[in-house]
Amino acid sequence: MYTLYCLKELIKIVKSRTGKIRWISGSVVVGSGIKDIEMGEIVEVGKDRLIGEAIRVGSEEFTAQLYENATGVKPGEEIIGSGKRLVAELGVGLINNIIDGVGRPLDKIMEQTGAFITRGAKVNTLSREKKWHFKPAMNKNDVVGPGDVIGAVQEMPLLTHKIMVPPRIRGKLTQIKEGEYTVEDAVATIESDGQKVDLKLMQEWSIRIPRPFAPGGRLSLDDPLVTGQRVIDTFFPLPRGGTASIPGGFGTGKTVMLHQLAKWCAAQVIVYVGCGERGNEMCEVLSDFPELIDPRTKRPLMERTILIANTSNMPVAAREASIYLGVTIAEYYRDQGYDVALMADSTSRWAEALREISGRLEEMPAEGGYPAYLPDRVAEFYERAGRTKSLGKPEREGSVSIIGAVSPPGGDFNEPVTIHTLRFTGVFWALDRDLAYSRHFPAIHWLKSYSLYVDRLLGSRATSHSQYADKITNYWEEALHEDFGKLRGRALKILSESAEIESIARIMGESALPDDQRLILLESELIKEAFLRQFAFHEVDAFCEMDRQVALLHTLLNFYDKTSNLVDNGVPAERIKSLPQISKLERAKEDKSGIKGLQTLSEEIDVEIGKLKEEYGIA
Amino acid sequence: MESMLGKTHGLIHRGLKEIRGSLLMVDNVENVGYDEMVTVRAPDGTERMGRVLEVGRGKAVIQIFGGEMGLQVDSAINYTGSAFKIPLSNEFLGRIFNGVFQPIDDGPPIISSEMEDINGSPINPKARTYPNNFIQTGVSAIDGMLSLVRGQKLPIFSESGLPHNRLIAQIARQATVLGEKEEFAIVFSAMGLRHDEAEYFINEFRNSGALERSIIILNLADDPAIERLFTPRIALTAAEYVAFKLGMHVLVILSDMTNYAEVLRELSAAREEVPSRKGYPGYLYSDLASIYERAGVIKGMSGSLTQMPILTMPGGDIQHPIPDLSGYITEGQVFLDRDLYMRGVYPPINVLPSLSRLMRKGIGKGKTRDDHGDVADQLYGAYARGRQARDLSRIVGEVGLSEDEKLYLKFADNFETRFINQKEYENRTIEDSLGIAWKLLSILPEKGLTRIHEEYLEKFYSRTEVPTQTE
Repeated sequence: MYTLYCLKELIKIVKSRTGKIRWISGSVVVGSGIKDIEMGEIVEVGKDRLIGEAIRVGSEEFTAQLYENATGVKPGEEIIGSGKRLVAELGVGLINNIIDGVGRPLDKIMEQTGAFITRGAKVNTLSREKKWHFKPAMNKNDVVGPGDVIGAVQEMPLLTHKIMVPPRIRGKLTQIKEGEYTVEDAVATIESDGQKVDLKLMQEWSIRIPRPFAPGGRLSLDDPLVTGQRVIDTFFPLPRGGTASIPGGFGTGKTVMLHQLAKWCAAQVIVYVGCGERGNEMCEVLSDFPELIDPRTKRPLMERTILIANTSNMPVAAREASIYLGVTIAEYYRDQGYDVALMADSTSRWAEALREISGRLEEMPAEGGYPAYLPDRVAEFYERAGRTKSLGKPEREGSVSIIGAVSPPGGDFNEPVTIHTLRFTGVFWALDRDLAYSRHFPAIHWLKSYSLYVDRLLGSRATSHSQYADKITNYWEEALHEDFGKLRGRALKILSESAEIESIARIMGESALPDDQRLILLESELIKEAFLRQFAFHEVDAFCEMDRQVALLHTLLNFYDKTSNLVDNGVPAERIKSLPQISKLERAKEDKSGIKGLQTLSEEIDVEIGKLKEEYGIA
Repeated sequence: MESMLGKTHGLIHRGLKEIRGSLLMVDNVENVGYDEMVTVRAPDGTERMGRVLEVGRGKAVIQIFGGEMGLQVDSAINYTGSAFKIPLSNEFLGRIFNGVFQPIDDGPPIISSEMEDINGSPINPKARTYPNNFIQTGVSAIDGMLSLVRGQKLPIFSESGLPHNRLIAQIARQATVLGEKEEFAIVFSAMGLRHDEAEYFINEFRNSGALERSIIILNLADDPAIERLFTPRIALTAAEYVAFKLGMHVLVILSDMTNYAEVLRELSAAREEVPSRKGYPGYLYSDLASIYERAGVIKGMSGSLTQMPILTMPGGDIQHPIPDLSGYITEGQVFLDRDLYMRGVYPPINVLPSLSRLMRKGIGKGKTRDDHGDVADQLYGAYARGRQARDLSRIVGEVGLSEDEKLYLKFADNFETRFINQKEYENRTIEDSLGIAWKLLSILPEKGLTRIHEEYLEKFYSRTEVPTQTE
């Protein structure tokens, strides 16, 4: 059936067929009269030609889920089977675009229906008019196979869009030419077994089927995806091709966190799926991203971003599709050899869409009303992430990292969507309501979160940091050569110890604690304030480079080592608490002078400590 | 009723087979569309409205509004051929309607050729302008720490017995945009409110002169519950017209969303749908979103639509599905706290669980004051610490606190009595509110104020001014 589908797509042998609507409720329509309708086939319903997808097929009748509101549709009206599945148009022109859950660009919809989205707008994802300059990388008579790069288009100033032979096509190039083309023009032709197939700047792919990569091409996940967020990079890192979940109740900062990652993570392409979330948030991305500059490439962030917006008041079924559309686009850029990061905000809305559709089909519900197949769907989705070797020549590697926000009802992680997501993702960033209430952002809780990749990633990272050594002084060189994983471990230990001490202090009062414990409290407060807390909208602090993260953590722990020596020798913790350098340490992350400033501060601290030593007669 | 459904009567039909609560099962149905409005005439001549929920295979399920008593199986059903629409006209400003948009103020019916489906259409995110115009409400807690902006949807999470009505009336009375004289038009949609509550609002609007620029739509506690499904949508359709056609700034007050959600549950139960949490339907989120998301500012249009829904959290539980799902859709929440109210603080806003997501771009340089963001951030941090110190002092007594903790405790007490607390008719400018905030922050040592940029500390912080009184 799969090959058949491909043939249909490429050669278009299947014609549309017409049936009749039998029954309607909500966005579910039952039709009859199309005997050979396929599961997943796109149907057009009623006189407005509303789009839907066949989700249940019987011998007499079939059920379709509409992507638009069915108001006014009457039984007896036409229902047309299009002979196509729900496909993504993959090609040049995706970047810097905002599309809805079924792939319609929002600006084109606006041209058709105005500021409000009314029903039945029909628009292609990719512009049919715009011409692109295609540069071949192959010659006539070359034999090509699936995934081979036949040429390229400069889609954005720093992004070369590679034009690949679609999967399952093989043959000899009978023509290929440099020039200006629209996405529908044939840039090359392949002949195989007497059949001719035109290659275009666009290909289609069914969104529910993962795109193939080289056989055995899954690579191990040991390369970090640096995000510039300290709590993530240092404590709970994500590898390229990894999966992460961010569960958190409302107001805990899921969306800001995802925006931060979309802005600063070291991927070449970002796919941001706003699934059932707020319209104003998508609008914020649209207005912010073109103005923000990527710290690595110095180009506007929008030049690497694709937005998929299906806000909470847009039709539910399209919400379900938007997640798959996003991951299909991500896979397409991965196949070109790029590191792609997909942010899905929020996967709970997607799961709820599944529940709603399942409910209308009167399926037997499992936990929380969700269908029993929810874990399968969650697993299928996250397994589309990975670092892979692409099909075809030249050899190239790409990755899709998936970061999914989860919105558990009542902020309670013990609910089906969170539970299943945790089973299938490798990194867990737990957002904490109490942290959010005291405006500690990112509210990722350091004791509840985890990353399964820590050991693998921090090892490689520690070595990769020697590359910064020429830029910094000997002092820091020494610091950076220390095992970074050890630093992290010590910081975490202080944080967890302080949590225990705090629970005691809550009963006895802080002043009743011994001085060494008070120092641990002070140090953990410092780590929280100076390191974990990061200002998303601060010009310096929004993005923190890796070497700066290491240096900062090193300074903080160094401070602890020296002061705990003082306390052991009888200096009261209260004296250390009143050191003026503490508030400087807390502000060091915002300092424009970066690592240099940290060094000056360290020297200053050494002087103060020296004075205290003298005062208390410590050698 | 004719004004609402249009005079074009469609099919008249008998075929009512079964009456099951507010649902009618009808046979031999032809040429009827999904979601179409109908009128049902009982043998005694009374009419009520209904809506097609399901249609096909010659049958239809109709949900009726206005009570099923007196209906018989041979009642006549008139299919109107269209969804629920209301006439649009600038004449509805200053008028009072019932829950299905019939005038109840002795004025003439609204007549217009322009009819609009009350379900509305989603605003294209591409057409939105990011809301960034600060609205001064004159309430310190809101202006200072939860700033409201034009086009935002900011609900009030309350409980029975808390003064949310007084607070919302105060906001409606005082809301202005800095530097602009223009006042807000108010669309007030009551869902299941008590008579005295509705009367309170009407009097408030009348006394403050806001009534002429208001549209009041009342579905009171003893009105047919099922009509409540329409009330907020009617209000928003009218508000969208006023905002985006007439170009005014509109504040929509929806009270009380809990009553709305309960009717949705009632209907879902009648339709025997698979329930989700606490018996509410699985589509409660989508349904609430179809209401809340109708707030916003649109490119190239001069008006704006700001929403302040009120919802009473059943049992004061913020994790109850209604506040929980609302919180996921709305752009923040203003949380009223019984504990503060018992201690005599008005408005009893607990700022810690409260939030305004759109605050950041609506404040600061050129909008309110440069230091506003830092001050708000520091107030949060310090108040959270002060509350911790208060909890601790309940166990170990105030003597057991460290010097720092004592200061934070003092700060928290002053914060509640001087910053949050204000009079019902006290309209504070944002300068006033920030001034109070700086006085309170001066209780704390300068090195503790790490969330404020040094330039502002130099400009506004003065330790000498340590306030001693705790009014």
